Amino acid sequence: MSEAVSAVWADAALAAALFAIDPVGLGGVALRSGPGPVRDRWLAMSRGLLAPGAPVRRIPLNIEDDRLIGGLELTASLAAGRPVAQRGVLAESDGGVVILAMAERMEPCAAARITGVMDHGEIAIERDGLAVRLPCRIGVIALDEGLEAEERPPSPLLERLAFHLDLGRLGSRPPPDVDHATADVAQARARLPGVAPASDSTIEALCAMAARLGVGSARAALMTLRAARAHAALHGRIEMTSEDAAAATRLVLAPRALNAAPEQSEAPGAEEPSPPAEAEAESGQNSAEPNDAAADAEAASEVDMMVAAIEATLPDDLLARVDLSVPARGAAKGRGAGASAKSAHRGRPLASRAGPLRSGARLNLVDTLRAAAPWQTLRRKGAAASHIQVRREDFRIRRFVQRMEATTIFVVDASGSTALQRLAEAKGAVELLLAKAYVARARVALIAFRGAEAELLLPPTRSLARAKARLAELPGGGGTPLAAGVEAGLLLALAEKSKDHTPLLVFLTDGRANIGLGGAPGRAVAESDALAASRRVLESGVASLFVDTSPRAQPGGDRFALAMGGAYAPLPYLDGAAVAGLVGELQAATR
Amino acid sequence: MRLAYPFSAIVGQEDMKLALLIAATDPGIGGVMVFGDRGTGKSTAVRALAALLPLMSATKGCAYHCDPKADAGRCPDGSATHAKRGPTSEEQLPTPVVDLPLGATEDRVVGALDLEYALTKGEKRFEPGLLARAHRGFLYIDEVNLLEDHIVDLLLDVAASGENVVEREGLSVRHPARFVLIGSGNPEEGELRPQLLDRFGLSVEVKTPTALADRVDVVRRRDAFDRDPEAFTAAWMDADAAVRERILGAREALDAMVVPDDVLEAGSRLCMAIGADGLRGELTIMRAARAVAALSGASAVTEQHIRQIAPMALRHRLRRNPLDQAGSGVRIERAMAELFDA
Repeated sequence: MSEAVSAVWADAALAAALFAIDPVGLGGVALRSGPGPVRDRWLAMSRGLLAPGAPVRRIPLNIEDDRLIGGLELTASLAAGRPVAQRGVLAESDGGVVILAMAERMEPCAAARITGVMDHGEIAIERDGLAVRLPCRIGVIALDEGLEAEERPPSPLLERLAFHLDLGRLGSRPPPDVDHATADVAQARARLPGVAPASDSTIEALCAMAARLGVGSARAALMTLRAARAHAALHGRIEMTSEDAAAATRLVLAPRALNAAPEQSEAPGAEEPSPPAEAEAESGQNSAEPNDAAADAEAASEVDMMVAAIEATLPDDLLARVDLSVPARGAAKGRGAGASAKSAHRGRPLASRAGPLRSGARLNLVDTLRAAAPWQTLRRKGAAASHIQVRREDFRIRRFVQRMEATTIFVVDASGSTALQRLAEAKGAVELLLAKAYVARARVALIAFRGAEAELLLPPTRSLARAKARLAELPGGGGTPLAAGVEAGLLLALAEKSKDHTPLLVFLTDGRANIGLGGAPGRAVAESDALAASRRVLESGVASLFVDTSPRAQPGGDRFALAMGGAYAPLPYLDGAAVAGLVGELQAATR
Repeated sequence: MRLAYPFSAIVGQEDMKLALLIAATDPGIGGVMVFGDRGTGKSTAVRALAALLPLMSATKGCAYHCDPKADAGRCPDGSATHAKRGPTSEEQLPTPVVDLPLGATEDRVVGALDLEYALTKGEKRFEPGLLARAHRGFLYIDEVNLLEDHIVDLLLDVAASGENVVEREGLSVRHPARFVLIGSGNPEEGELRPQLLDRFGLSVEVKTPTALADRVDVVRRRDAFDRDPEAFTAAWMDADAAVRERILGAREALDAMVVPDDVLEAGSRLCMAIGADGLRGELTIMRAARAVAALSGASAVTEQHIRQIAPMALRHRLRRNPLDQAGSGVRIERAMAELFDA
């Protein structure tokens, strides 16, 4: 086993030990790794190090609120004749650890419930007629099985987990034994409260490191400090040393710097984020007090020494890579947020309604009990039974409004034939539509085709900020692979349809196809491929709008629209408002 | 109950702190929306404010802790309990700051039939919900963009009308529910509907401090608080008390606050210049300017006060211009510079 690999495992083992020393303070561990012996090994090790008797609960991905948070316990309530609260998994894990399965697929709403509990150390249940607060101090292990860069657990959750481990590099063979002894960890846990407060220079050095690595969140810096403290405790120290700070930086800050730094703010405003160098200069001025300049200089040199000591322990290329990856990180971040938008739409529950229990109907238990409740005294008269008497007329059936959400998929021609001026107009029109779509809470996707292929620039999203950013980056030039554009649009539309959304395809192009499906040049091939693709749109039944952007409307310009069975609009002066109006009409018609 | 981090110990974030103080001074401002990066202390600030707010006098034993004067005769508890005790029995209560947890069900938000009472006694009784608990205080929703739509709609309606009307399960109850809605959220995780945004009086953006010295202070203070909350809060007690005095003083000064005509006009001109929709912007500017003048101990509102609060009063009311890359804050600053510096 190579040195690098064993270093990864040594750090993973160290993280497990530190987490076991202070699970609540450090928040937890994001474990990026496929299922397998390596992950099992780490989990077993981690479990073994936790305080004896600490509960460890595994939370499945699609857990419902009544089990996660808690709610009314039906059987007990019926037996007791009064509402009995049921604790959720979170409350049951108080003082222990929860393991989130497939956290990369977790809905932001579910993550928000867990992060709320992590922040407050208690869980507030305001459900089903119950109002309870239960202590809930937990550490979290998030299992992240994502493969793609953007498949990551929700960023608010990641932000609160001190350690982000990637075991993917370890392969599938269980690594050698470098575990920390359970006894050492237990001792360290006892020693932790006694570790002296960090010196000012340590805190300054850690914050300076965070700034160097481009980690903006104050929470990350605080977490580094806690990790350093736990590290000191693990090594039997009651004073933090630069060694502790270095280990904490490596474990907490370094992965954040490399992993698409989700905590980096992307200011929606125009002001440029001040570069770290400038920020440091500024702070130098702030902290310089005139009367004890000498002491300050001494402190400053102490900070510098510590920063140097930390840097010495970091992988050589880390700082260089961080500097280079700034623009790339912005883009990656944009993608990461996209998956989140889909959570907001769930069937909107209506008030439940009295009705018979037919197959398929879901009983709303709490409302049924509420309906039965006032009659209990009356119904019990003459009967000795103390059970709750629920009759057919009490049944309350759940009702949901299934809202079909619209997804407008823009397929934009960014080829050379659409001159740059036209492309700018198309962008303007799309942005206007985006603004409208977001008012209507519809989702928008963007596909551009140019050169030899079509590219999905923006997966379906509701975030205007992201859409705008991607659109601004859209380059122009090259051939017109219309067939590829139609194909890509159709694929996405079908995917949306399978998720119960109503897709609408909007093509913005002059229709002068000159690249065929496989990337083969030639007008004839391109034309027939594009027509074939258009016919597939017709077969699929997806609604479409073909906006012809050629400067002069040509005879037969509507041939693709006819093939798709969609609407055709020649708009030589691409006018955003006009396109928006058309899209609105079509959407209303397809509902 | 865990101790809250002291309000005055929060490093930087002046906009957010000012907005919260304005809302504490004049609850009629219509709520505060806090946008921001993660780890910038949004929740901390709201909790800190809760710990700092002055006591309020309420009718003793009232389930809605209603105002003995303003709510007289409007409280559903009124006829039964208030009259019995007479107008003199009042008690001093802390201003409620109620958390609306994600996953709260509608029955707990608006209130519903008291299940236990009904099951055991067979009587109908209304059990007040979170809206009743937040009456005269603050209702805080973290990650408001993740809250389910039907709950958001319901909240907005009550926040606007100041009254919660419950018609369910054969109950018909209405009770006063005047509260300051405080929402926080991260626009990256799904945007808010403009209708919802417009309902908030003020909106502020919080950012991670960029100066290293500030960041060091954030970490140092938070660490000190985590290690010994009692000692830390005690050390900041005087500073917090001063803020409380400032709020109380400002509340008293609010009624007598003068708004000169030319200042009023300046506010209107600003709204027109930037094209903020509706009258709500102008009203909010005026209210917020009065509150901020009162907080700073001034006897009349000046143009300076308007400039101070205009960005937070208007930022979320601008029509989005998709082609303008500049943020709303920049547009407002620009408009103010043109209007006032000329």
